[in-house]
Amino acid sequence: MSTLPLQQAPAPINADDQAVVLEARDLRKHYAVKRGVFKPMATVKALDGVSFQLQAGKTLAVVGESGCGKSTLARSVTMIEPPSSGELHYDGRDVVGRSASEMKALRRTVQMVFQNPYGSLNPRKTVGSILTEPLVINTDIGKDERRARAVAMMGKVGLRPDQVDRYPHMFSGGQRQRIAIARALMLNPRVVVADEPVSALDVSIQAQVLNLMMDLQEELNLAYLFISHDLSVVRHIADAIMVMYLGKPVEHGPKDVVFARPRHPYTRILLAATPRVNPALRLERVVPKGELPSPLNPPPGCAFHKRCPYATDRCAVDVPALRPVDERLVACHYAEEMN
Amino acid sequence: MPLLDIKNLSVEFTTRAGTFRAVDGIDLTVDEGEVVGIVGESGSGKSVTSLAVMGLLGSNGKVVADRMAFGGKDLLTMPPAQRRAITGKDVAMVFQEPMTSLNPCFTVGFQIMETLRVHEGLSGKALRNRAIDLLEQVGIPAPETRLSAFPHQLSGGMSQRVMIAIAIACNPRLLVADEPTTALDVTIQKQILDLLVRLQKDRGMALILITHDMGVVAETAQRVVVMYAGQVAETRPVASLFERPRHPYTGALLDALPERALGKRRLPTIPGMVPGIADRPSGCLFSPRCRFATDRCHAERPALFDVDNGKARCFYPLPDGAYAAGEAVQ
Repeated sequence: MSTLPLQQAPAPINADDQAVVLEARDLRKHYAVKRGVFKPMATVKALDGVSFQLQAGKTLAVVGESGCGKSTLARSVTMIEPPSSGELHYDGRDVVGRSASEMKALRRTVQMVFQNPYGSLNPRKTVGSILTEPLVINTDIGKDERRARAVAMMGKVGLRPDQVDRYPHMFSGGQRQRIAIARALMLNPRVVVADEPVSALDVSIQAQVLNLMMDLQEELNLAYLFISHDLSVVRHIADAIMVMYLGKPVEHGPKDVVFARPRHPYTRILLAATPRVNPALRLERVVPKGELPSPLNPPPGCAFHKRCPYATDRCAVDVPALRPVDERLVACHYAEEMN
Repeated sequence: MPLLDIKNLSVEFTTRAGTFRAVDGIDLTVDEGEVVGIVGESGSGKSVTSLAVMGLLGSNGKVVADRMAFGGKDLLTMPPAQRRAITGKDVAMVFQEPMTSLNPCFTVGFQIMETLRVHEGLSGKALRNRAIDLLEQVGIPAPETRLSAFPHQLSGGMSQRVMIAIAIACNPRLLVADEPTTALDVTIQKQILDLLVRLQKDRGMALILITHDMGVVAETAQRVVVMYAGQVAETRPVASLFERPRHPYTGALLDALPERALGKRRLPTIPGMVPGIADRPSGCLFSPRCRFATDRCHAERPALFDVDNGKARCFYPLPDGAYAAGEAVQ
């Protein structure tokens, strides 16, 4: 099905010697969808060949617009859904093809924080029971010990221990996101997948939650897969960045390299479209044409060529492969010429 | 004479917990053709202000103002029928959630033509042509076929374009856009903001842009009103506000932006929360969270004082450079 060679995991991300806790190789997730009663089923390639390595204590940011496959990636990585093909390794152990009990044990190493703290906490449970639930399901720790751990975790994320018997509606958005983070950390995971964790929050609260996430990362040596569309947040928190478009990575490399000189037109457009307070930081206005094409019917050649201001005839025919250019991986025929 | 002239506007809601003043003595003027940005965090009263201007508040919202005039006519004392004739025609609004603001049961064409039928009395071919023309103006491809589309067949960006087409259908003199791009992706956000600014320029329309995104305001507005807990904290022209904030709240908000913290690991934060019904301080509303607050701030409510080119509600406006703008990089 694929004409692309199996991608090598990018080397530049491994700048220092922290252990790789999560590695994805050529991850794909295809969904079959009905188009109508008499029409053949169509395939949506929600994830189409994604490879990356995630080190302990580091943050990989996945950036892209809605429909680019960010959330499918999160679902695959957290083992909520198995990928259609590709490999997923935690601590060097392959996930695909494991038995149910082994999967259950593996799932503990990766936990998730969701975007909307108003929807992701059960309104009928107290904070205490929200935080102890992972322990009830996954461990045989006694009741008193569970509660003690929940209270300790509340202190760690900046909530008062006397709030343990309160319900989610009694907390503000920022506090709820702290609860969600605390819940994700109850099983001492190695990897936390955060799907837009601050995009529903106000600026001042966003800063508090980002600070908390960075503090916890330092203290617990956590690896973050940080999914976001906000490039100024990503620039602050990430070590490496992967920009995705229609299920494929288009640019992937260390943060400083990518931000200093984006090599893919889509990365440049995303950067230019991010509103800036400081006029000196605003980039030339490259406004993309049109909208994200339907993933049911992606354009031939480079998936981005119809919106790309630099596209040529070649882009409409040739699918650009992800290749190393200037310390990062980029999928554009003209990456070298991007200035 | 300003197009929109509001003096001392307050909005109170009666709830079971007591009376809550969501908007507390706001002055707001908008000139013909001006772009005014209103920024604030959730609960600052920015949306309630716009709903009060539109006359769209529910029955539990009590609107009091010394003056609320549009084009010289007082909106509060005019008969309801006259006010309805202005709303949707001379003053129009674009809402935050494009996917839920359109009625899912009717086609896009019907919803655009409804406005034109009611306010302009158009019908038949002329009505249809006008609707097609409007869709073209807001950049919707193949407008003839889109007229018969239902809202669920459109993307978020397309729905927002339709909302804008409805809003500008009767050539309004003032367009109120309440978080028009918050639910959209950044590239689509850029397209929609460019569209709003283009329409505003072409038509000489005034625009009130309500948002929590400081970047959007900085790039779009001419004058900015910063709101905090239902009050105006600071109002200044856009460039000087972002370069030299005078109110400590504005300064702290700007500081919390990751954009301005390049090179720093921790982001500066504002401790505490916006005061709610029960815990409004007796002094300056920002004093419990302000790192410059003195005894006077805790005891006395400051008025809006004149500062350079504008006003700030603070006894001790910040001097130049108290909050340094993020160093320019690249």
